[in-house]
Amino acid sequence: MVHETLAATNAVVTLDVALPEVFWGWYVTMNMWAKSIGTGLVFMLFLLLRRNPEEMKGLRTSAMIVSFVMMNVFLLFTLADLHQPFRMWHIFFYPHLTSAITVGAWMASIFVGLESLMIVVMLFKKDTVTYDKLLFWTTLLAIPVTLYTAGIMAEATARELWQMPTEAVQMILAATLSGSAAMILLGGNKLSDETKSFFANILGLSALMAFIIYMSEYIFGAMKAEEVAAILHYVKGEGEYATMFWIGQWVAYILPMILVALYRVSRSSAMLNLAAILAIVGLWVVKHVWLVIPQLLPLS
Amino acid sequence: MQLGFLVDLHLCMGCKGCEIACKVENEVPLSTWRLRVKYVDVGTFPETKRTFTPLRCNHCENAPCERICPVSALHYIENGIVNIDKERCIGCAGCVMACPYGAIYIDPETQTADKCTYCAHRIASSMMPACVVACPVEANIFGDLEDPTSNISKYIQQHRDVQVRKPEKGTNPHHFYVGASQVHLNPLASKREEGYSLFNNITHLPLGGHH
Repeated sequence: MVHETLAATNAVVTLDVALPEVFWGWYVTMNMWAKSIGTGLVFMLFLLLRRNPEEMKGLRTSAMIVSFVMMNVFLLFTLADLHQPFRMWHIFFYPHLTSAITVGAWMASIFVGLESLMIVVMLFKKDTVTYDKLLFWTTLLAIPVTLYTAGIMAEATARELWQMPTEAVQMILAATLSGSAAMILLGGNKLSDETKSFFANILGLSALMAFIIYMSEYIFGAMKAEEVAAILHYVKGEGEYATMFWIGQWVAYILPMILVALYRVSRSSAMLNLAAILAIVGLWVVKHVWLVIPQLLPLS
Repeated sequence: MQLGFLVDLHLCMGCKGCEIACKVENEVPLSTWRLRVKYVDVGTFPETKRTFTPLRCNHCENAPCERICPVSALHYIENGIVNIDKERCIGCAGCVMACPYGAIYIDPETQTADKCTYCAHRIASSMMPACVVACPVEANIFGDLEDPTSNISKYIQQHRDVQVRKPEKGTNPHHFYVGASQVHLNPLASKREEGYSLFNNITHLPLGGHH
């Protein structure tokens, strides 16, 4: 690794005005976080429909509205992060289809359109049959809508830490984690113990798998490439983002895992609700750290 | 025709003439650079030397910025240049995130992406890029990579140590260096320590980002 020659060369940059450090900041974190909840809720609604359709009563409209709101938060922050937000329409009129940003924007727009339709169907017609049919197609579309951000990160070739397929798996796990957490909170007493337990399992397993991936990257990532090693220094030891990284891991994954395990023994709804809240809050922190640290590395 | 650049680092003396010429020619705003010369000091006093590396867009054959641009604001032109249409750019900064060379910036005046275009407007008028004209030692060699009789092709043929930055990225840059060491080309081969920069407390114009 080239940084090991530093002791010999004692090379120090004495003049280079590189790019300002962080270009994609917390607006993009909000984007990813809100989208995870938005699509995650759709996944959970679909699972609930397949597993226990009678428990969908009362959740069809409310869960879809929450998902719709989160998707709009996601779109709002996407728009606000643009340096030329009034040119957003260019994506639709001058689309460049090799770009995951373009494909994602198109898919997310159709997705939100479908969600609007489902809300209208429920609010004005109370037509559960049409709703349930539409839910299948919306769920199908939710998969690429969840994944396309991973595509953007993979296309951001300058940021070595963001790799496919790891990011794709992390995006899906973020959706199942936050979706199950949101469903637990929304469902409350409307959900049977069996269904709650089902969502609790999804929450706990999502947290476990996501945690395993982060830890694998944390421990073994440095062996892949010197850039990854340099980036991971920001979350190790005295690294600038080490504290925030571990706060995220504990709040999003470790504590929810423990609380879900305790819930399975005690059946305490309060414990499960706390796990759900922590997972949703912690996910923001985890996403933010992973978004920012590769941007701290000098490219020139 | 596939235009390319080659910098002979044996010749470059870090005068920054290219940098200034680029700024003037392209009206590059304060605190941003299409081309900049990086200084790295190597060794321990009194055995020290300073290296100079001009850094600009590499006009990659497989350009990540072109691929990620959602509106084709970054696009290839027939001569291989990766050009930018600032009127079309939406300022998503995807290209900034994709470029492995840190060659793209957001112009604080237009709030759109910008970078070196090999002075595409000058080339269209059969003129050399401004930095080539300004270089007092002809360290910048510019020409058609597909023409074996061009200066750049001959230079590549005659020199063994022709390198590109970050070849592992698979971008196939159209920008080459002769006489480069790891210190010149690899950002991780040198330290960036506070207090060692010749310019300190540099003021960046506001970009409107959300850090």
